[in-house]
Amino acid sequence: MVNLKPGMVIDGFRIVERLHAGGTAYLFKVEPADGAVYGFTLIMKVPKIGRDQPTESIIGFETEAMILPVLQGSHVPRFIAAGDLAQVPHLTMEWVQGTGLATIAAPAPLPTEQVANIGAAVADAVHDLHQQNTIHHDLKPDNVIIGDDGNAILLDFGFAHHAHFPDLLAEEKRFAAGSAPYVSPEQLTGSRDDPRSDIFALGAVLYELATGKLPFGTPDSVNAMKNRLWTSPTPPRAHVPEIPPWLQEIILRCLEPNSATRYQTAAHVAFDLRHPDQVLLTPRATRSEHPSFMTQFKLWWRSRDDRRAQNRKPQIHISRSPVIMVAIDTSHPDDERHPALQWTARQLASLNLEFRMICVSAIRVASLGEAGGVADTSSGLQLVHKVRLRNWVEPLGLPQQRISLHVIESNDPAATLLEFAKNNNVDLIVIGAPAPNDVALAWWRSAASTVTANAHCSVHVVRTPSRSREDWQTKAGDESW
Amino acid sequence: MKIALLSDIHGNLQALHACLADAGTRDVTRYAFLGDLVGYGADPHGVIDIVADYVARGAIAVRGNHDEAIYGTALYMNEMARTSIDYARKALTREQIAFLKNLPMIVREQTRCFVHASAASPEKYPYIDSPTAAMQCAAAAASVHTFCGHVHEQRLYFAAQAPRMTLFSPTPGVAVPVPVHRQWVALIGSVGQPRDRNPRASYAIFDDAQPALTFCRVSYDHRAAAARIREVGLPEAIAYRVECGF
Repeated sequence: MVNLKPGMVIDGFRIVERLHAGGTAYLFKVEPADGAVYGFTLIMKVPKIGRDQPTESIIGFETEAMILPVLQGSHVPRFIAAGDLAQVPHLTMEWVQGTGLATIAAPAPLPTEQVANIGAAVADAVHDLHQQNTIHHDLKPDNVIIGDDGNAILLDFGFAHHAHFPDLLAEEKRFAAGSAPYVSPEQLTGSRDDPRSDIFALGAVLYELATGKLPFGTPDSVNAMKNRLWTSPTPPRAHVPEIPPWLQEIILRCLEPNSATRYQTAAHVAFDLRHPDQVLLTPRATRSEHPSFMTQFKLWWRSRDDRRAQNRKPQIHISRSPVIMVAIDTSHPDDERHPALQWTARQLASLNLEFRMICVSAIRVASLGEAGGVADTSSGLQLVHKVRLRNWVEPLGLPQQRISLHVIESNDPAATLLEFAKNNNVDLIVIGAPAPNDVALAWWRSAASTVTANAHCSVHVVRTPSRSREDWQTKAGDESW
Repeated sequence: MKIALLSDIHGNLQALHACLADAGTRDVTRYAFLGDLVGYGADPHGVIDIVADYVARGAIAVRGNHDEAIYGTALYMNEMARTSIDYARKALTREQIAFLKNLPMIVREQTRCFVHASAASPEKYPYIDSPTAAMQCAAAAASVHTFCGHVHEQRLYFAAQAPRMTLFSPTPGVAVPVPVHRQWVALIGSVGQPRDRNPRASYAIFDDAQPALTFCRVSYDHRAAAARIREVGLPEAIAYRVECGF
């Protein structure tokens, strides 16, 4: 392997200085030798390859060189170039600006609000990756940068798996696992295709931020890691009593040994971290001690059946755990569209084993100065509409932990609904629309059509079916869509 | 350089035209036909005319078991295949049969190998239906990239822990990096008779500059191809298969 020094030019990039020598790679700051302008600093990652290096670093390099070029968006560094393994292997990419999560985590335990903000940002990044059919498999503070705008950027895809590419690590059982403190139980048994492995690691990161401790310590052998196959860690509140029950609920749900009982998508984790009042508390939330030996034994006994390999492409998995947003017009509680909307919501819920239903009512901003009682104040209005939402959703008989209720004040309901859908990674919007000839509710029809036209997800428009044939007559050019 | 890899055309002229047109939009400069030009389909003569023209201009072509059955024995085949071989024997000219006879079993070019079934005993036409069969093929080919047809499904085997091979099911349209320090055995699927319940024609494009392999699926008028099979009086089951991709 060539000894790389400042001033040398590799594939058109001049080495400026060495930044870091890690376990498997060197990092160099580089600049384009031809003076090209990228608008950001470049780094070159050069894997350590040689007689005394493990094959791990070669396969990790190959894996990252395969996956990084196809990843897009604001949660990964921009890929610039890759060098051939036969010459000087390198990955040249954007040097992400911001603070390493490891630095941020150093003074942990951190305040709850900070844990929730950072955790939600990391969960957003993980969800974005999963939507691109990729599982990270080595999520840990060292591999996360928090940008100045609060956005999380994920680094190091050497252990990752992209469903569209051959998995070079699949057969390499010796080191198919990621980093010991964060690795999921199923990764220890060789699973490489379950996006929920990243949810487990996310739980371990949240645990670390909230308590300053690692959920399973720092095991030094594979055997020492195996307790996570069946047991839960010491509850975070046993370390830091100030942690609210909802945060403990989220962390321990991420760390469930069986991936089927964890959060099914990172979008759900982000949602709960942003809406603590909507987290349904289970006995996890208030657990105060480490499970007893007998409980642990029972859990271990049960876990033996759970270790089945399942083929899960991240995108398919996400689409089977949809976030459904139902727009409910609580300002017109007697409207005839409500039964049709309720029926549709119930149907959609019964089609999906895993789902999250966000019920949103966009109400008009309470105008100050108007005379009136408590119900006319902002908080009073919120309460009235929240009760209406609850009354709306109750007859559906859906499990409470899958539902959340939100009342948002807005003068532009369509924009508000779209913004809310975007921020919460909604997969499907269900919205009622008045019949074309219903002049009285024309403004609501325009809201429905604006949402339909501008949403970046599927939209299910619900109408009360008309029995009259004449109603189906459309005037040419009447409707634009 | 981009090479279009087309196999198991099986006398389906409509599917061949569609794949060649698709390849034409993707900067392909070379063509390789991996055998079974004839059998099953209604237009073996039309297909051979096109392929012979490409070969005259430098394309690679190898022999498949259906091509061999035209002048050899078809006794081992099922009745449906035999009927279509009999039909093709009558439909082809002497020159066309000579063209099939003169096709090589296997072509090696730099670090690439082209063969119909497997580089391991190509004349016996074994199916690559397991990692072991892929490993035997890679060992016999002794090349980095080996391209095969014969199994009518798109598959990619790669040496994970050499010499063991691992199976990967490609997603159509995605350029899969196939770096040169590993061995790869690609089964590129069938142009004229896909069997994965998807009637779209299959072929692949190898880009040696990356190097990367893209598995392609192309929509074409498969109902017209099926109608043509019925029109010339070939068994209904063949037409049905082209219609349903099964």
